[in-house]
Amino acid sequence: MREGGDRLSGVPDHGTPLLALRGIEKRFGAVNALAGVDFDVRAGEVVALAGDNGAGKSTLVNVITGVGPADAGDVAFDGEPVRIGTPHDAAALGIAAVYQDLALCDNLDVVANLFLGQEARRGGRRGPLDGVAMEQRAGTLLASLSIGGLDDVRREVGTMSGGQRQSVAITRALLGEARLVVLDEPTAALGVVQTEQVLALVRRLRDRELGVVLVSHNLADVFAVADRITVLRLGRNAGTFPADAARRSEVVAAITGVSGDLTPAAAREVRG
Amino acid sequence: MSTLERGPARSEPADVPRPLEVDAPAAVPGPREALRRLAQGELGSLRVLIVLAIVWIVFAIAHDRFLTAVNLTNLALQIAAVGTISIGVVLVLLLGEIDLSVGAVSGLAAAVMASLSAKAGWPAVPAILAALGTGAAIGLFQGTVTTRLEIPSFVVTLAGLLGWQGALLAVLGTTGTVNLTAPGIVDLANTFYSDAVGWIVAGLAVAAIVGGALLNRRRRTRAGLRPEPLAALVLRLVAATVAIVGAVAILNADRGVPLALLILVGLVVLVDALTTRTVFGRHIYAVGGNAEATRRAGVNVATLRTMVFVLASTLAAAGGVLEASRLLAVNQSSGGGDLLLLAIAGPVIAGVSLFGGRGRVWAALLGALVIGSISNGMDLLALASSVKFMVTGGVLLAAVALDALARKRRRAHGRI
Repeated sequence: MREGGDRLSGVPDHGTPLLALRGIEKRFGAVNALAGVDFDVRAGEVVALAGDNGAGKSTLVNVITGVGPADAGDVAFDGEPVRIGTPHDAAALGIAAVYQDLALCDNLDVVANLFLGQEARRGGRRGPLDGVAMEQRAGTLLASLSIGGLDDVRREVGTMSGGQRQSVAITRALLGEARLVVLDEPTAALGVVQTEQVLALVRRLRDRELGVVLVSHNLADVFAVADRITVLRLGRNAGTFPADAARRSEVVAAITGVSGDLTPAAAREVRG
Repeated sequence: MSTLERGPARSEPADVPRPLEVDAPAAVPGPREALRRLAQGELGSLRVLIVLAIVWIVFAIAHDRFLTAVNLTNLALQIAAVGTISIGVVLVLLLGEIDLSVGAVSGLAAAVMASLSAKAGWPAVPAILAALGTGAAIGLFQGTVTTRLEIPSFVVTLAGLLGWQGALLAVLGTTGTVNLTAPGIVDLANTFYSDAVGWIVAGLAVAAIVGGALLNRRRRTRAGLRPEPLAALVLRLVAATVAIVGAVAILNADRGVPLALLILVGLVVLVDALTTRTVFGRHIYAVGGNAEATRRAGVNVATLRTMVFVLASTLAAAGGVLEASRLLAVNQSSGGGDLLLLAIAGPVIAGVSLFGGRGRVWAALLGALVIGSISNGMDLLALASSVKFMVTGGVLLAAVALDALARKRRRAHGRI
């Protein structure tokens, strides 16, 4: 794989990336939201997408998920050039997105939410719901991910904690044979314990050889779970770093655009 | 109460203890737990049964003829039409929408049937089908306008309420009233089955309920899933059996099981199965819970909504046909008056949320029973219309207030 602008700081190249974006451009009127952005994710790797507000994180996520296709640039999935023009294209490739609002139906139970839009039927495509099969598969999947607190799969999602809801939303992405999961601020609204649960789930996704794109403001979470950190600033690549806590100040500098070490106070402020 | 397999969508608070929630010690909630659930509205159908029991006790004390076989059979006939209309209202409410045109549609459909039968001399079946077709077409129109132009259903169906009432007057023409004499139409509300037929129907129903429950239990056990606690299952089956046997015994003591009631119950069972056991029904609940999430999950929400409006208007038309058959006539006030409001009030009293996604189709039957009992009892007592309206309004407000309180308590306990 030819690396475009190889700014990878000492991270070795492990073969073909699962998803490779090259020279992505996206404009909203006069605003150049993304200008020549490169981005790679490999299977079994968690790549964090970091950057300040307005850096282009969400725009890049929308390019990946087909919600807002790129104006220009090359996208390769499994080394094959592809075009992701709609969310449906992304889903067909095996790209699953978990948005910040989770998109769960509070009045339905865990099983119904997991299978929403891909319900199991008895006796062919026109048959009635196969509740038993869905409940069985949901139980197996949740157990294999060892997600705590979800042992009652008939519980209404609306009665659950933020962390459990996030877990349900992520698990749903896995039902459809996903290969790449995009998580948009999965820990934004969570407490300490729940954040840890979700991060543990992210690690299990990696162990299953899925590619994970983690969009987060929270550098503590990013360093806790990511393998690499790609930083965007003002719609451009501002460097890719190994998620090594020792390089935290470099990452912060890339996010803020302030060269050199920040004062501890300023760094804290950036971390929010 | 549900006699069907409880589909996983089961979006209404359970009327039985949740099978998988019960961890080892207490398989069946104790009285204190049951009370808490009742207060929090988890036992939605049980609450409406309690309301019904109170209404019946009050009227039984107030008038000695209320709890007689004759009067209860009359009650069954009286609720057939409004109950049928309510089934469609439940579907629309589950989406989080509203249909204010169901009353007018029922009147117009009945007028179409009456005109074709009495004026044009059509046979009964084609005339009834024309009425149902009128309803379906109206539903398609209103659903399409609502979904494609993204106008709130409240406004579209409010326009429908006015428009279809006008159409009713136009169809009836100068005569004003059309009397129905065609046997096939009159029979709908005036057929009573013999005792033997009643018991056969009861036997089949009980067998189907018990058989279905045992089959479902075996499937779950075989699949390694925790089955519903045995005590809850037995309680549910016994309650259903008692209700069916009791109803048939009472009806047989008078004229027998009426066809109109069988139509209503049959439609409830059918539509309940549609909502709980099919993908279509699952998606209705999903849209009521979170329409955007359902859309993102790849469901064609606009088409789904339109189909539900078609079903609602068709069921409204069926209710209109039943009402015309009972009254043996269609006139300018058919489908008017308080019919619309009662058809909406019934399901709401029986626990269907106005905000979508919560409730069961059975609420149409139970709600119609409560509303019908109040109306019937006050007629027996020969109360003035003024009192009747105010009492019915008070009951509706009380039921909705109870529901709101239950929701608040659920919130307070960290449940949405």
